[in-house]
Amino acid sequence: MTRIIKYILYDMLRTRFILLYLGFLLLATFSMYMLDSDDAKVVLSLLNIMLLIVPLVGVIFTTIHFYNSYEFIEMMLAQPLNRKKIFISQYLAVIMALSLALIVGVGLPIFIYGVNSSALMLLYSGLMLTFVFVSIAFLAAVFTRDKAKAIGVGLLFWFYFALIYDALLLWAIYQFSDYPIEKATLAMISFNPVDLARILMLLQLDSSAMMGYTGAFYKDFFGSNMGFIYSTMVLMLWALIPVSWSMYIFKKKDL
Amino acid sequence: MASGHAQQISVGLNGQYKSIKQAVEKANAGDTIIINPGIYHENNIIIQKPLTIIGKDYPIIDAGGVGEIFTLAAKNITLKGLFLKNSGMSSVDDLAGIKCLDAHQVRIVDNKFDDTFFAIHLSNTNGALIRGNRLKASAAHEYQLGNGIHLWKCKNARIIDNEIKGHRDGIYFEFVTNSTIKQNLSDGNMRYGLHFMFSHENEYIDNTFRNNGAGVAVMYSHSMKMHRNNFEDNWGTSSYGLLLKDMRDCEISGNKFKKNTIGIYMEGTSRTQFHNNIFRENGWAIKLMASCDDNVFLKNNFIANTFDISTNGKLVLNTIDGNYWDKYQGYDLNKDGIGDIPFHPVNMFSFIVERVPAAMLIWRSFLVQMLDKAEKVIPAITPENLKDNYPTMKPYDLDRKNK
Repeated sequence: MTRIIKYILYDMLRTRFILLYLGFLLLATFSMYMLDSDDAKVVLSLLNIMLLIVPLVGVIFTTIHFYNSYEFIEMMLAQPLNRKKIFISQYLAVIMALSLALIVGVGLPIFIYGVNSSALMLLYSGLMLTFVFVSIAFLAAVFTRDKAKAIGVGLLFWFYFALIYDALLLWAIYQFSDYPIEKATLAMISFNPVDLARILMLLQLDSSAMMGYTGAFYKDFFGSNMGFIYSTMVLMLWALIPVSWSMYIFKKKDL
Repeated sequence: MASGHAQQISVGLNGQYKSIKQAVEKANAGDTIIINPGIYHENNIIIQKPLTIIGKDYPIIDAGGVGEIFTLAAKNITLKGLFLKNSGMSSVDDLAGIKCLDAHQVRIVDNKFDDTFFAIHLSNTNGALIRGNRLKASAAHEYQLGNGIHLWKCKNARIIDNEIKGHRDGIYFEFVTNSTIKQNLSDGNMRYGLHFMFSHENEYIDNTFRNNGAGVAVMYSHSMKMHRNNFEDNWGTSSYGLLLKDMRDCEISGNKFKKNTIGIYMEGTSRTQFHNNIFRENGWAIKLMASCDDNVFLKNNFIANTFDISTNGKLVLNTIDGNYWDKYQGYDLNKDGIGDIPFHPVNMFSFIVERVPAAMLIWRSFLVQMLDKAEKVIPAITPENLKDNYPTMKPYDLDRKNK
């Protein structure tokens, strides 16, 4: 399996997409650190990249890669190889490539300019989002043979999670503001990985404000490790469920 | 008055007297009583003549939960180096470790207090010096606690370098004027770290208020000076670093507000100057109610707060010019260090959160940023006049070492 992963990684480096992504992240992070002297402000600016760009790149890169390596996959399937192994190799290779780009592209400037807890949390939530959106993109890719359609579905998911879902959430919160909706809102947040990653950052950046409002439940959630553990667990689920589902489909699929 | 000049009397195992009460009774005005190390189970020691009482190695005076320990009712009394424990508890009598009634020029220095209801309680006592005391209370509920240092109708008091933990209010002033509170630490008190009611022309400087129910509350007072204090970690639903209510003509400068739910909450406050303060990582740096007028905010740093300023109306009668805002996105074409376009410190989303607190959960999402950008371009909800016309491009150099 490690051998397959190695070949796929080599293959990916040849397309230069990963290098471009790495270059972009390095440039963006370094320039933000140079423009702003205050670390807290840099983290805030990077937050947008994490919440928007990282999922987007995850979705697009994964789908394109999957369809580009269709022939390679078919070739491997002709060999006496386990389908599951082939799929997991593909998945791990993509995750590794994107995570490495993220760790080097954002992590390196952070380590150079000074590590602090909110910067590390930023990196962590970026990694989590990478896992989740690669999984979702794999699912979209195994569902259809049409590349454009798969990219379209992936983008739709991205758009929905990044923007539409929050609008719906705000609307719901407004409509039911007379009821005790704290637990319900938290449950609703769990259905959006981008929101969960954002919550991880709120725990770092805005705990003073979050403590001030909406009662004891949030206070527990934001004042202890509970918020971190909960968000991480649900994000894990968001990564694991789509990928196991797509593996199930891939195993039975007539390619 | 046998010898005509002051004598020294010792109390304790090898002393002239076995009990403090006896010694106080027999002593003449102006005498010094030395208390040897040991444990003394005594209460309600009443002193009605000028005496100096000094403890050697912190002798423990334990009231066993009944009554008061010392009651002072004469001028020029000094209490030094004592360890007072377990006074009685009564909200009717305001029982205290040391209570002063008309005890002008009292000096309470370097004592320790453990689980006294009120620790130091002064009524109608002018010119008191309270310095270097360590106060600690550990009751679980507010009604079981008195204030650490409580002053009622006093003048010219000096409260310096004390440490107050776990009381109701750390320091409480009512009808107190011309007094100084300096270099104290008020930590983990149930209600306020420091509380002023109807107390004018006082100053508090270089104190730290940490992790209290709320940091400092100043109400119905005027001409107060508040300099170089630290307000930290005052977290909770109605928790403030500094609460100003019906105040006027104050000076608030060089303070540091860090990680409070609300840095400053002010209503009914007039003609107050806010200079050179740092607001960092607060939920709301300032909640400025529309009932405030003629206040001036100048040369303050606002860094990494969730919301910089929020308000409750469209009317703005205050001046907020020449501050540093880390959220400012303007430009400075003529390079004079001052941004060329005004900064609007009120975030539209703070209005939404005010109405529906649960909306806080979608803070910092892309949607909220878009809404905020739109609001900044065309203000519809936020007050258009609440703005900094001369925001600086760089933060003021205000950092100093913490106490």
